[in-house]
Amino acid sequence: MIDLKSLTLESARTSVQEREITAAALAEAFYKEIESGDRDIHAFLTLSKERALAQAHGMDLIADRGDPLPPLGGVPVAIKDVMNTQGVRTTAGSRILESYIAPYDATAVARLEAAGAVILGKLNCDEFAMGSSNENSAYGAVRNPRDLERVPGGSSGGSAAAVAAGMAVATLGSDTGGSIRQPAAFCGVVGMMPTYGRVSRYGLIAFASSLDHIGPLTRTVKDAALMLKTIAGKDPMDATSAETPVPDYIAELEEPVRGLKVGIPKEYFAEGLAPEVRAAVEDAIQLLAKAGCEIVPISLPNTKYAIPTYYVVATAEASSNLARFDGVRYGLRANAGEAKTLKEMYKLTREQGFGPEVKRRIMLGTYVLSAGYYDAYYLKAQRVRTLLARDFDSAFQQVDAMVTPATPTTAFKLGEKNDDPLSMYLNDIYTVTADLVGIPGISVPCQRPSDPLPIGVQILGRHFDESTVLRLAHTIEYSRG
Amino acid sequence: MKITREVVDYVAELAHLALSESERTGMERDLNSILGYIDTLNELETTGVAPMAQVASRGTEAAGESLRADERRPSLGHGAAMGNAPQTDGTFFKVPKVIER
Repeated sequence: MIDLKSLTLESARTSVQEREITAAALAEAFYKEIESGDRDIHAFLTLSKERALAQAHGMDLIADRGDPLPPLGGVPVAIKDVMNTQGVRTTAGSRILESYIAPYDATAVARLEAAGAVILGKLNCDEFAMGSSNENSAYGAVRNPRDLERVPGGSSGGSAAAVAAGMAVATLGSDTGGSIRQPAAFCGVVGMMPTYGRVSRYGLIAFASSLDHIGPLTRTVKDAALMLKTIAGKDPMDATSAETPVPDYIAELEEPVRGLKVGIPKEYFAEGLAPEVRAAVEDAIQLLAKAGCEIVPISLPNTKYAIPTYYVVATAEASSNLARFDGVRYGLRANAGEAKTLKEMYKLTREQGFGPEVKRRIMLGTYVLSAGYYDAYYLKAQRVRTLLARDFDSAFQQVDAMVTPATPTTAFKLGEKNDDPLSMYLNDIYTVTADLVGIPGISVPCQRPSDPLPIGVQILGRHFDESTVLRLAHTIEYSRG
Repeated sequence: MKITREVVDYVAELAHLALSESERTGMERDLNSILGYIDTLNELETTGVAPMAQVASRGTEAAGESLRADERRPSLGHGAAMGNAPQTDGTFFKVPKVIER
């Protein structure tokens, strides 16, 4: 029988193509695994069985005829619940969208399905993707499949946990400050954030529009490359999606890394980095050196200002984006009996519909945009964002890519950081700058065999140079065996 | 302390949030703590540095270059657009009365 935990996109498609298993039976096998395994983990919020089985049936007809399946034909995947799926409940992890049925598909979802993927369901996440532990979901926390006492990371916690636990071959997540790479590191899977504009955000429920990215979480780097190839490219429905041509990431994976200059930013190895994470990341750097990369010490001097910049820019944009949730057009509406005026209805709806972290960020964002504080906070943060971008511009004059830890520590325990929002925010210290600057990044597992928990090494590259990032990640993955 | 109880109430009003008493207390504490951290940005001299609102504005792709042609095309149908309305008469969204007369 097929081992669900070791399937890749390619091996899953091949088993369906060669009729080792039907796409329908493969989907059913995953649903059975979800039914038992997800009781403890809670990665899924909604299952889209009808849609999945209809798609699987279509793929089976193709395979039965002996025709070649599309690239992801019959492969079971799942989607973070911040992306619209037509006819399927889409909650963003929030009470305010508890009964929202999306009327259209996000482009990334539509492209996966057009490539033959079978969409099993929607994945738990922090409410509106705001969080680093998945504990901010209105539907309850996700647990880390590697250790159920620990968080899977966030906000794409369900997306990482589902892949780690063998409840989907690959998933989509979203990354605004580290929300793909940090949970990937915590759960021991691959998580890729593409360049800003590489993947259409049409149908993504917006958190911070200048920072939001959609990307894949997978078991292997090659799977990340194939998922990215499938969802990337210009979309007329998203003006911020880029015209830049999408290369063949799979073909470019095998190109040698010898001679590539890899920067090691010293600010990412300073105080606060757990010793076991440092050791594992240094091992990964050694693997690249052995493969012929030139390791170059570099500096990104403004690194420590990235988190405060992020919490101004992201919350300002969030306060504006989340203004649409007012109980008028969709989602929860506070009981008409309580609200006598329109404004009272807005306020009560939002009070009842949003959780504590979302309210905190809306309040902070509203404050930094308010009269008298706009220049001191919002404009100031935008200027510092320019300085952060310049750090990377000058570093990329010297190097082709950078290698850093993905997170300062391994997965922490549930409840451990709940009381102090600031200490939770510091979890994103190594991931957040790439979102602000718009460059691609990946987290790949790199823990030593003796490490009890997964550790992720992060590779960052130039704008639209996902190929180099994937190639280096593939080299690390391959060299570890 | 930058954020007093009055500021919390004022911002909550701007943000259309009807915060409870305990939420207001928590918000005062948390916002002060986070803003204290954000104030580290003032260590940096940024006079003459252009603000960055978008990644695209820094030349990775010229802003506006990727706008699609402004042509008429079908949009989401009325039925689908109204499908999630909490309260509707079938044509419009219904809300509490806005103008008293």
